[in-house]
Amino acid sequence: MTAAQMRTGISFPAIRPVGLTGLLVSFSDRLEEPANRAALAFRAAVEAAAWPGVEETSTSLASSYLRFDPLILSPEALTERLRALLSTRDWRAAPLPPGRRLFRVPTLYGTDLAPQLAEAAAEAGLSPEAAIADLGATRVRVLTIGFAPGQPYLGELGTAWDLPRQSALTARVPAGALVLAVRQLTLFTAPAPTGWRHVGQTRFRCFRPEAPDPFPLSPGDEMIFAPVSRADYDRLGDVTDHGLRIEEIAG
Amino acid sequence: MSHLHVLGAGPAVTVQDRGRPGFLDRGLSQGGAADPLALAEGAALLGQSPDCAALELAGMGGRFRADRDLRIALTGAPMPAEIDGKPLVWSASHLLRAGAVLAIGAARTGSYGYLHLGGGIATPQVLGSRAAHLAAGLGQGLQPGDRLPLGSDAGADAGMGTGMRLLVEDRFSGGDIRILPGMQTPLFPAEVRARFETTEFRRGARANRMGMALESAGPGFAAAGQRSILSEVITPGDIQMTGDGRPFVLLPECQPTGGYPRIGTVIPADMAKVAQTPAGARLRFAFVTRAEAMAAQARHAAHLAALPTQVEPLLRDPHMMHDLLSYQLIGGVISATEEDVP
Repeated sequence: MTAAQMRTGISFPAIRPVGLTGLLVSFSDRLEEPANRAALAFRAAVEAAAWPGVEETSTSLASSYLRFDPLILSPEALTERLRALLSTRDWRAAPLPPGRRLFRVPTLYGTDLAPQLAEAAAEAGLSPEAAIADLGATRVRVLTIGFAPGQPYLGELGTAWDLPRQSALTARVPAGALVLAVRQLTLFTAPAPTGWRHVGQTRFRCFRPEAPDPFPLSPGDEMIFAPVSRADYDRLGDVTDHGLRIEEIAG
Repeated sequence: MSHLHVLGAGPAVTVQDRGRPGFLDRGLSQGGAADPLALAEGAALLGQSPDCAALELAGMGGRFRADRDLRIALTGAPMPAEIDGKPLVWSASHLLRAGAVLAIGAARTGSYGYLHLGGGIATPQVLGSRAAHLAAGLGQGLQPGDRLPLGSDAGADAGMGTGMRLLVEDRFSGGDIRILPGMQTPLFPAEVRARFETTEFRRGARANRMGMALESAGPGFAAAGQRSILSEVITPGDIQMTGDGRPFVLLPECQPTGGYPRIGTVIPADMAKVAQTPAGARLRFAFVTRAEAMAAQARHAAHLAALPTQVEPLLRDPHMMHDLLSYQLIGGVISATEEDVP
């Protein structure tokens, strides 16, 4: 019996219903890199299969989701197809889907614009300088997008960053805030309350409804939050794309 | 181009259509009309596509004037309505003459009324839809002084008239709601599930297009291990338990993922009834089998398909008019829902 089965009695991968019109294919009940990889790869395979009746797919941290029309494709028939597809390979070892991009985002850590950097560093047992060096050098993956349009959940950070949520919510962080908890980062689309710690501030816009590419980020993309000085952060306010650099990820 | 002029508007009058499917992976829920059945009824009354956008009137209507003769239909939560002081029958189509003033009041029962316009609303589409998605910051409530461009009315050009009505079942006062068990239902102890089914809830005051609170006497409905659940896909109709075990029914503008456990999911055929439940009205939930839900879905699809054939001429019955005007007024209450924040 696996650790997950011990916790929940469910063996993975698991196919479970979400209402009448959804099925969720889960590869774990907790965030772990191979499960996120499996969710991304499996979802890409479902998209490629283009089964009539499947209306939409997405991924969450460790699952692939399918929304379908049960009057066109019965849940039983779809479950059968999913089982067959699951059995074709070890999805936890599958390559990530092609077409992914790497985003380098100039980030101001600490200062009054990101006031919880020092506190988070102390919780992680690091000096503020070491924390900035570590976070600024870590290449994180868009594990999923949620909470608000285009808003990424990113990870996985090193074990030192397994910080619990704050017991009290911060009333409001601004758009572009980089916040941290449970070995993950999220980058806020819009001002919001949060239980995570506000460690960095960016000028990245996660949702641009007026732009040709309204949602710059896709699940599977990667990001680097490169540290910049306060002077550089201020200067980038007037620069096109605020110093953002995007490149294709090979292979 | 002709316009509908907004002379006055309730606090949450928005343009709605069938929303934006296809962006779940980008963190945007489908949104669209809170009562999709009302959207289809309006399209049937005007003999036009159910893809046409309409005005959704949450709790309260507004005052409007068109600068051309305009076919209109009124559906969803019944509201007192009149043109230049002359009362109108709800769930019916009417002619709004150029320059005449259409006034729509507060919902008599239910939550969401709809004003449909012949030819629809020709505002620009954003991401394939005209619908306001307030939670995502797309669009906003209409304000006095706003002008909405009118689509060209092919139905009117083809000689299609007004003065038609649809007889609709009452879905505006709560009642019995069918739910399906889902992936997290087993996290709720059998006793909690049984108590959920026997509890009589009242729709709380906290409700908006994202979701609505359910209130009941007695203890909450907690799941086992509630605090350590991995954030997962959520869908309209999901009944999630917030931190204190109080249920919340999610509606079209819900977040696409969330970490609160869900005891079950309202079947699509009952979603209009849930969304229309006015504050204070009673709701009861019962688990059904997947076969029962599928049968209900097939009936629901057949009902939607048959709507255009059920439109009938409006009989101007003074007794009916009297009944319509004698309803007690119930104000719609819109406020922030409890958010599941990262």
